[in-house]
Amino acid sequence: MSDIVEKTLTALPGLFLQNQPGGGPAAAKASFSSRLGGLVRGITALTSKHEEEKLIQQELSSLKATVSAPTTTLKMMKECMVRFIYCEMLGYDASFGYIHAIKLAQQGNLLEKRVGYLAVSLFLHESHELLLLLVNTVVKDLQSTNLVEVCMALTVVSQIFPREMIPAVLPLIEDKLQHSKEIVRRKAVLALYKFYLIAPNQVQHIHIKFRRALCDRDVGVMAASLHIYLRMIKENPSGYKDLTGSFVTILKQVVGGKLPVDFNYHSVPAPWLQIQLLRILGLLGKDDQRTSELTYDVLDESLRRAELSHNVTYAILFECVHTIYSIYPKSELLEKAAKCIGKFVLSPKINLKYLGLKALTYVIQQDPTLALQHQMTIIECLDHPDPIIKRETLELLYRITNAQNITVIVQKMLEYLHQTKEEYVIVNLVGKIAELAEKYAPDNAWFIQTMNAVFSVGGDVMHPDIPSNFLRLLAEGFDDETENQQLRLYAVQSYLTLLDVENVFYPQRFLQVMSWVDASLSFLDGFVAEGLSQGVAPYKPHHQRQEEKLSQEKVLNFEPYGLSFSSSGFTGRQSPAGVSLGSDISGNSAETGLKETNSLKMEGIKKLWGKEGYLPKKESKTGDESETPPIPQESIIMENVDQAITKKDQAQVLTQSKEEKEKQLLASSLFVGLGTDSTISLLGKADTASHKFRKKSKVKETKSGETTSIHNITCSSFSSLSNVAYEGHYYLNTLQDRGDKEIKTNSLNSELLDSESLTELPLVEKLSNCSLSTPSLFDDNNMEIFHPPQSTAASVAKEISLASSLLEETTDYMHSNLIEVCNNETVSVSSYKIWKDDCLLMIWSVTNKSGLELKSAILEIFPTENFKITEQPGCCLPVIEAESTKNFQYSVQMEKSFTEENLSGFLNYHMVDNSVQLEFSINLSLLDFIRPLKISTEDFGKLWLSFANDVKQNVKMSESQAALPSALKPLQQKLRLHVIDVIGNEGLLACQLLPSIPCLLHCRVHADVLALWFRSSCPTLPDYLLYQCQKVIEGS
Amino acid sequence: MIQAILVFNNHGKPRLVRFYQRFPEEIQQQIVRETFHLVLKRDDNICNFLEGGSLIGGSDYKLIYRHYATLYFVFCVDSSESELGILDLIQVFVETLDKCFENVCELDLIFHMDKVHYILQEVVMGGMVLETNMNEIVAQIESQNRLEKSEGGLSAAPARAVSAVKNINLPEIPRNINIGDLNIKVPNLSQFV
Repeated sequence: MSDIVEKTLTALPGLFLQNQPGGGPAAAKASFSSRLGGLVRGITALTSKHEEEKLIQQELSSLKATVSAPTTTLKMMKECMVRFIYCEMLGYDASFGYIHAIKLAQQGNLLEKRVGYLAVSLFLHESHELLLLLVNTVVKDLQSTNLVEVCMALTVVSQIFPREMIPAVLPLIEDKLQHSKEIVRRKAVLALYKFYLIAPNQVQHIHIKFRRALCDRDVGVMAASLHIYLRMIKENPSGYKDLTGSFVTILKQVVGGKLPVDFNYHSVPAPWLQIQLLRILGLLGKDDQRTSELTYDVLDESLRRAELSHNVTYAILFECVHTIYSIYPKSELLEKAAKCIGKFVLSPKINLKYLGLKALTYVIQQDPTLALQHQMTIIECLDHPDPIIKRETLELLYRITNAQNITVIVQKMLEYLHQTKEEYVIVNLVGKIAELAEKYAPDNAWFIQTMNAVFSVGGDVMHPDIPSNFLRLLAEGFDDETENQQLRLYAVQSYLTLLDVENVFYPQRFLQVMSWVDASLSFLDGFVAEGLSQGVAPYKPHHQRQEEKLSQEKVLNFEPYGLSFSSSGFTGRQSPAGVSLGSDISGNSAETGLKETNSLKMEGIKKLWGKEGYLPKKESKTGDESETPPIPQESIIMENVDQAITKKDQAQVLTQSKEEKEKQLLASSLFVGLGTDSTISLLGKADTASHKFRKKSKVKETKSGETTSIHNITCSSFSSLSNVAYEGHYYLNTLQDRGDKEIKTNSLNSELLDSESLTELPLVEKLSNCSLSTPSLFDDNNMEIFHPPQSTAASVAKEISLASSLLEETTDYMHSNLIEVCNNETVSVSSYKIWKDDCLLMIWSVTNKSGLELKSAILEIFPTENFKITEQPGCCLPVIEAESTKNFQYSVQMEKSFTEENLSGFLNYHMVDNSVQLEFSINLSLLDFIRPLKISTEDFGKLWLSFANDVKQNVKMSESQAALPSALKPLQQKLRLHVIDVIGNEGLLACQLLPSIPCLLHCRVHADVLALWFRSSCPTLPDYLLYQCQKVIEGS
Repeated sequence: MIQAILVFNNHGKPRLVRFYQRFPEEIQQQIVRETFHLVLKRDDNICNFLEGGSLIGGSDYKLIYRHYATLYFVFCVDSSESELGILDLIQVFVETLDKCFENVCELDLIFHMDKVHYILQEVVMGGMVLETNMNEIVAQIESQNRLEKSEGGLSAAPARAVSAVKNINLPEIPRNINIGDLNIKVPNLSQFV
């Protein structure tokens, strides 16, 4: 509650009394007889939200009575409408007043009409059915001879108008382009722009009229038309190149002060108009030398004329700089623009600094030296108290990341990530870190650790591409097999360590990643068999073990992901035989052994990623300052500017505080590689190849870096030092000593297996050899269980068992039957759907029926606008052996809602030098994206109240279904609705449309009638589900 | 495009809510609350731009705001608007209010909600900037007011009452300093207590 207003209002009566002799009383009385005044006064006097609610409800019911009373005049209605608006603004539903707003707009005099129109535009939305009632009124008012009425109609049209009724008013509005009054023409132009936005094809024929508006004798109308042109040029720059000259001429006149003084704002000529024109020129001149040349003069003049007299001049300058860097470059202009950016970046005003950083971010790829010039400012901005400035700085650093400064930059990003709580910031930042890590990771350890940080912070919200890309990287690996082994080994080790930390919860996605990486355990098959034959307990899935463990601990824990993985639990995960042995025989020794190794590793991790971790590094870095002189070749190549700066820095070093030194060191490590050799960052950005390839090339890069020199160590950069730091910490510095590798992996595995003395050596050897060969999941040998399916029915089971071996979770999900989608004499393509929790997984299995092998088989799915289709690992297989089956997996996510759509694609393969292409398609329905929503009855209640869209329907059931549970069964099975609760003859069900649109169903049985009541946040979903439910119930 | 214009006081009470993009009623209220919390956290000496809250579309949208005495004026815009341009547009809007209400204060916004909307309609129409010239906006409003005068009556009365309150205002320096002229003022409370 507003204290100020409250107090002011309580003070009002006294005030009026004081003023009484001065002629105030009439006014005072009038004010308080005003109902709105009373309402406002009432509300501000209240102390709790609850009271406010009560008061407003009272107010609304009295309003309801007033508006429906026949004696209420339009004038009173007008006053009521303002009170309606007030109640709606506070968030109370006054929907019963909507129709009266429309009436007021239809029937009132000018003033009443104005309130009516205002209320309509505030209350209704474009697709509200009541709006149709307004169309005739708008048409009438557009034809009125009264200027004010015409203006009101134009205003309401551009605020809110039903798309399908545009044709009714379009000709009238077109006529208004020729109206004698400037304000009418201006509003007409904006109304047409609005139409262009909501229904572009309806105004296609009047493009020529937009041109006339551009040439209007009145500047205001011309300015309004720029809105349209900016938009149209953004969409299709090449279509409007011929107008460049006109825009340039207009801008020249504006800049030259040719407009009437009225258009000046703080003596700057029409700044908003200038901004629009500069944006348009930037779009037109992009990648077009000839057009750009036309604009050079006027841009130069704009820069020159923009004297820094007022805030708004900076707005123009900023646009100028943006435009100069967007169009075909001209060195003189670039130089001036760079100076301008300096003014922004160095400005003490934070708004300008922010824009300076934004400008730098934009230009950095063209001119990395600019970042070098401002490096100290950038460093300062990294620690700026304003998080917005910090974020913009990180964005800037993201653009200049290269293989040399990656560690520092990612570290800064992670620091920010740990501080922020805003979800979209996390999503954004996590995506960037993952991208950079994949592109420039200096080594495996760093890569895995960074990805671990990414998953543990952003696991719940991140884009699903991140885990899948990461897993693909692990699965497909690089050119070098040993490198792959190292990476995987390291990944698993780090997970072991993480899981061993007690009372730490990891996001589900992270756990999924972990379990994917070490879930297959196929290499343990032999060992398990042996163990079983010796009488040990069979393997239990980990959730079962968790349950058992929990029940043992007698702790009630209903949190699905709140399970903490104690060391024993996780050992089990690692090696199923291990846990059984551990519990049976050598439990104690095994546990202690593991604990030791784990705690050892923990230290390493903490020092690097924990908060304390940075300190030793920083110290060592400052200590390293003296070592700077022996500069390795890399630093020598550094650009002049940089050198100049570092020299200057060195000169100042003596007088500078330690903090200052740190900043400079940070700077030198951040901006390394940005000098003459700017191609590094440019190439990095321009590289559009897929991650897979980037990663491969990157690995070569870093490898050569490692072998050629120890430049990382000698170079005074922060990054190198941190590398050294953790390479020291990790006892598993596998990268350098390949020789040690064998021994280390062996020892690791023996640890993993609880140092079982029973196990003979050869077994350990074997384990180590194929340890962590999870990626072999997608290798050929796995698929060979398959022989060309004789009958489809038989192969379904096989297929599914295959699927379950592909993805651990698959068996947990429902799946469809295998259907053949196309075939020829050599191959047969079948498909089935797996309804995974977060997406639809499409599996196409290609069976080679012939006796020859198929080469370079490619299966591709045509993109559609409704879906986002992501290829899962292992989709491009070079060879399909004779008489074998290969699976191609695609995860499908819904982008736009639809009801039915075909997903088509083709299979291409080579057989004896012939290229064969087979096309196929499969039907997807919205049902494929419906998943059970598992919520509690209470949550159901809460959600139920919060949803606005509902649909009710009674459905007749057959006798066999008469009992509720049996009636719900088919819904659960066929539509994947989750049955939350059955209370007597009522049932609660819930489902969600992926990614996360919930829909609730309440049903009640009455004799043989099932009353279905759907509610959802999405308007169309209930209808659709109702239809499906009816089909299912009537069908069964 | 401007997605929304929100005005609320230092306590988060909405004083003007105008959406140009469709959001369900309850989401609108949540956006007002979320925006208020985002803006409230910020000192006056940090920048006037921030990224939109998660409800309004996150980092694709910018919140550009100014703080005048008891009121926050927040414009939520997409990337096609110039930040500094909008910042000055807010100033134009507030100066226009000031002209139309003669020393505008929070009470004017409460008691003349409809008028504030009419003024806003002349500045921003359907999410597009219609007019940035203050004199022009005032002229439009005055031509509308002439209609009102001819009808006279009840609606004119509260204006007089409020301006009676304002006559005893003590001037207060706006908290936002980099914009020159004085803006919205609040009655000094010590007068009343």
